[in-house]
Amino acid sequence: MPADASRPGTGLFHRWEGLILILLVAVTTWASLGVDGFANSSNVSFLLLDVTEIALMALTMTLVIVAAEIDLSVASTLGLSCAVLGWLWNAGLPIEAIMPICLVAGALCGALNGYLVTRLGLPSLAVTIGTFALYRGLAYVILGDQAVADLPPAYTGLASATLGPIPVMTLLVALLAAGFTAILHFTSLGRAIVALGSNEEAAFFSGIRVKRIRFWLFVASGAMAALASLIFTFRYASARADNGSGLELAVIAAVLLGGVSIFGGRGTLPGVLMAVLLLGVVRNALILADVANEVLNFVTGLLLVASVLAPNLGAVWRRRSSPPLEGKSAS
Amino acid sequence: MTTRTVWRPMALVAGLALLATACGGTTREDVAQQASASAAAPASSAAADPNAPIKPGLKIAFLPKQVNNPYFTIANGGGIDAAKEFGGEGKEVGPSEASASSQVSYINTLIQQKQDAIVISANDPNAVVPALKQARDAGIKVVSYDSDTAPEGRDLFVNQASAEDLGRTEVQLLAEQIGHKGKIAILSATPNATNQNTWIEFMKDELTKPEYKDMELVKVAYGNDEDQKSFTETQGLLRAYPDLAGIISPTTVGIAAAARYLSDSKYRGKVKLTGLGTPNQLRKFVKDGTIDGFELWSPGDLGYLASYAAAALASGQISGAEGEKFKAGKLGEYTIGAGGEILLGKPTVFTKDNIDDFDF
Repeated sequence: MPADASRPGTGLFHRWEGLILILLVAVTTWASLGVDGFANSSNVSFLLLDVTEIALMALTMTLVIVAAEIDLSVASTLGLSCAVLGWLWNAGLPIEAIMPICLVAGALCGALNGYLVTRLGLPSLAVTIGTFALYRGLAYVILGDQAVADLPPAYTGLASATLGPIPVMTLLVALLAAGFTAILHFTSLGRAIVALGSNEEAAFFSGIRVKRIRFWLFVASGAMAALASLIFTFRYASARADNGSGLELAVIAAVLLGGVSIFGGRGTLPGVLMAVLLLGVVRNALILADVANEVLNFVTGLLLVASVLAPNLGAVWRRRSSPPLEGKSAS
Repeated sequence: MTTRTVWRPMALVAGLALLATACGGTTREDVAQQASASAAAPASSAAADPNAPIKPGLKIAFLPKQVNNPYFTIANGGGIDAAKEFGGEGKEVGPSEASASSQVSYINTLIQQKQDAIVISANDPNAVVPALKQARDAGIKVVSYDSDTAPEGRDLFVNQASAEDLGRTEVQLLAEQIGHKGKIAILSATPNATNQNTWIEFMKDELTKPEYKDMELVKVAYGNDEDQKSFTETQGLLRAYPDLAGIISPTTVGIAAAARYLSDSKYRGKVKLTGLGTPNQLRKFVKDGTIDGFELWSPGDLGYLASYAAAALASGQISGAEGEKFKAGKLGEYTIGAGGEILLGKPTVFTKDNIDDFDF
């Protein structure tokens, strides 16, 4: 563990997460009072449904980034899994057999990323930029530009079904979120992920199997992208090779806004989940208020820059107010 | 060691799922059977009253494939102008990237805003259908334009041009330019491009008419909708047939590449070129005499007609059934065709006299 155990952490809540919570409450209150059509059950269920895939992929992305890696290929993995689904469905396989195959395909995509990063020692940024193009390209090879739409109504219905205002898929997200929160914050595996993210060498010498954990994090990321692809495909009733293109940026944006350090070693899942919601609420409210798309992108960008800047401003300020310590590496 | 414990239950789940599938499941055939069993004629619910006035203050939202696209800006501008004419409120909303699913969020917000009608050009004919069904359940009328959705997603489709009209008028246009005489060639997109092949069939059919007896189609070349390939194909056509009288290129990429070649060659003005293109892309070739005239539908009129169709639906003048008629302002009266389609009409021909009136 790093020396100042109080700051980078295994704890659930920090100052930044508090700020995100306040922002989330403020924006939601503003939207409920000031934006027509925001505060009603159908909009709430739509809003929750709209962030399902982002929330799912953000869970594993949080672990990956906390471990000081990044996976830019998640949306392409999602697209590849959609293409596999469409292809096998056209070939006449039952959907119940296709779904696990998709999950395995996603896990394999992740495994390739993990192998290249951990065994060949390549930087994950470069590797996943490569597989970002590779997997999307493969998706087009498999399915071409066709769209498979005759999917079973039982599943397409389930993907957008709601219990009251809460979509069934949101319950799934909540369940997985609880599981991942438990893993990151309350298990030795979680502590190991934080430790290897903040100082790989120290983690290695304290007996953490650094490469193995990283490898499996990539596998989990790929499998999660495939799970998201199933929901995506059924929700839109359309399996296409270009499904979810651009989603990786939304996922990474939410993770960073949620207070996860891009350098690894710091971040909490509750923070990330609140950030996913915050971005969803801002987007939904601004569209409802007829704010132009460019402004929407501008606001999202602003939030992101702020999220990267704010914690570092704090660090700069701390460094200035206290004399630098001899031999302490900047983490 | 700790990592393994996480993966065991997941492997178990995957294994169980595979096991479950061994005992049968839902396949594509099952769905097709269910669908054909439940297929019933779409009920055109409310009776239409052709004399109903257009309701004042109708809220009509235009949802293009993407915003800030000049083509859609003009189309939706035409639609919003129409809304002003009949005392409604038109607006354009939409995603900045033309992806399959990005339109769905917008449909949902339009439902919340209780718009009276949505006019949409679908990025994915299927992905928008669940959301559009919700909109229709909420009493919102849906008109597709430019790119249709699956029929269950909309009340009406305003079709910019029929394949037959496009095919036949392109032959007519070229025939006028070359005096109904000489060898002609077609520069198409890819050999299996559905749209182009349908149009070419109608072109060939048109050419069998007696007035074209002195015109001979010598070759259909394929530029694959790539600029460079289309350019070389044009070059090849003229090497093989130096006495070629004209070329029809029913693709925007092809016509621009052919124009570029002709414009710099000795054939400029001698070999006539026509087809489908956009004014901004071909303006300079029309002005330098490479092209006498080419055609495309008028996007502004397309939006204008879609806007009136939406208003007529929302006011109960029409219900979307075949044969119903409604008035679309300056464009006159339209009749709904089979499958809820309304045809905008003959394409617009752009020449040096009118090209400066268009900016898209």
